[in-house]
Amino acid sequence: MRREQAETAILRVFRVAGLLFFIFLVAFPFYWMIVASLKPLIVLATDPLDLWPVPGELTLRAYKEIWFQFRFGGYFANSAYVSVLTVLLTVTFATLAAYSIARLRFRGRSFLSRSILVIYMFPAIVIAVPIYALYTELGLRNDLHGLLLIYLAQTLPVAIYMLHSYFKTLPPDLEDAGLIDGCTRLEVIWRVTVPLSLPAMASVALYTFMIAWNEFLFAFLFLDSPSKFTLSRGIMQIADNINVSQQLLMAAAVIATVPIILLFLILERYLVRGLTTGGIKQ
Amino acid sequence: MAQHEQRLAYVLLAPPLAIVFSLILFPVLWNFWLAFHEVRLLDLRRFSWWELEATLKNFTKIFTHHDFWPALKATLLYTTGGTLLALLMGLAAAMLVHGRFRGRGLIRGAFLIPYIAPVVAVAFAWRFILDPRGVLMTGLLGTGILDQPLHLLGERPWAMVSLIAFEGWRYFPFDFLFILARLQAIPDELYEAASVDGATPLEKFLYITLPQLKLVLATLLMLRFMWTFNKFDDVFLVTRGTGGTRVLTIKVYDFLIGEFNVGAGASMALILFAVLGVFLYLFLRLVMSRAEED
Repeated sequence: MRREQAETAILRVFRVAGLLFFIFLVAFPFYWMIVASLKPLIVLATDPLDLWPVPGELTLRAYKEIWFQFRFGGYFANSAYVSVLTVLLTVTFATLAAYSIARLRFRGRSFLSRSILVIYMFPAIVIAVPIYALYTELGLRNDLHGLLLIYLAQTLPVAIYMLHSYFKTLPPDLEDAGLIDGCTRLEVIWRVTVPLSLPAMASVALYTFMIAWNEFLFAFLFLDSPSKFTLSRGIMQIADNINVSQQLLMAAAVIATVPIILLFLILERYLVRGLTTGGIKQ
Repeated sequence: MAQHEQRLAYVLLAPPLAIVFSLILFPVLWNFWLAFHEVRLLDLRRFSWWELEATLKNFTKIFTHHDFWPALKATLLYTTGGTLLALLMGLAAAMLVHGRFRGRGLIRGAFLIPYIAPVVAVAFAWRFILDPRGVLMTGLLGTGILDQPLHLLGERPWAMVSLIAFEGWRYFPFDFLFILARLQAIPDELYEAASVDGATPLEKFLYITLPQLKLVLATLLMLRFMWTFNKFDDVFLVTRGTGGTRVLTIKVYDFLIGEFNVGAGASMALILFAVLGVFLYLFLRLVMSRAEED
């Protein structure tokens, strides 16, 4: 019994220390990012350890400069455009497709429901070369809509998988009642299934937005003209510019990070539930 | 009615299927073709690429290049290290957050943030933090632990160490989330019975928790190994492939963008795919045979 008490006491200390360690590890880079974007460069260059926010010292100058002079306002709009379209199209297409797999009888249904997640396993770098070649042929390369199509291809399989697992947990009785009342299938989806699935759809929307908003590889490979840059691509552009300071770059990083974190904090409980019930089955 | 239902299903499935076919399945197949042809970007613009003859030159070029085997070694080191570190951190974080205490929901949400934030943003923050003149090195020099700043991002072996640390930091949330979900599904009775038998917390962890987590740990290990093996963004952004971190995916990029050599890039991607297939097969056999033994 004494050994158990000793271990329990030690564990309590470990837990507090461990939690503090992880909190520091997770928070520090973000804290540093914000401080570095607000402090004049000269302060951090002379003393990199001076990370306290001194009220009179902080300035939003870097944000103004990066937003207007370095055109991040435009990059932000491009990122928002692609991400919002990706979310709307993915959620619409995936809801209809997932409903079909969950409820309708058709040839190839069991094959589809088994293979849909395998598609998700194809890594981006393996399809990057042929898509690069294909888009060069089709003239889609330096085009936000070309990017949009790639994001749809990457998000649809997971979205369909997640929604189809969710739809299967809904009782079919309500839908049957709707059908008997003379509603068409599409009306049933819109009036019965969608209202019951809002939490699942919110988690799919957040996941999809995250993929599109954060995407780096294709935006970096495909976009050439600054008028079409997304935030990820824009940050790469200024990173190669020797006239751009650490302060400006971190202001850009904060601009790219804040929207996705805010959205996550608002929708978090849906995402956690949706990912773990739809993602890996126990 | 049944036929009507079938037609409706195909209509509803058509848009996702068309997109996935043209932008995933077709590219994977076309990648095979490209890998066996000497295609350059200019050939594609001249619309004469299909007249090219099949050849193995791309592969001989890759295998005879002095950089191939070191790059494969770096890839395996990075993948194994990054996957294991993220898994261990995810397990530790899940054990810490499991249970009831105030602020738990908040902490769980906060732990996911490294995975949610854009990779470009966090990679540059880490680059500045790890810089020889950055906050970490200044701190270590100040305490006297070091007398010379280390080039953590450009020198062997530190670049690989930093890269693996970055992988652990960025991807532990993914493992954490799934392990925590599984932890919460373990029935309390198992622990209560063990307490009656006088088991200590450590024994409970070893003989109850770990066996219950085996399946989720194996699944995460496999998934994350596959994804890390093919990861380009993180390596390119954190170390740019310097200091012994030039992994195979960086070589795909170098062929495609550096040399405009589409064929060689496709061959490199195909080799990645094949190596990954072999590892996956071995891993599955190992896990499956273990699972059967149980």
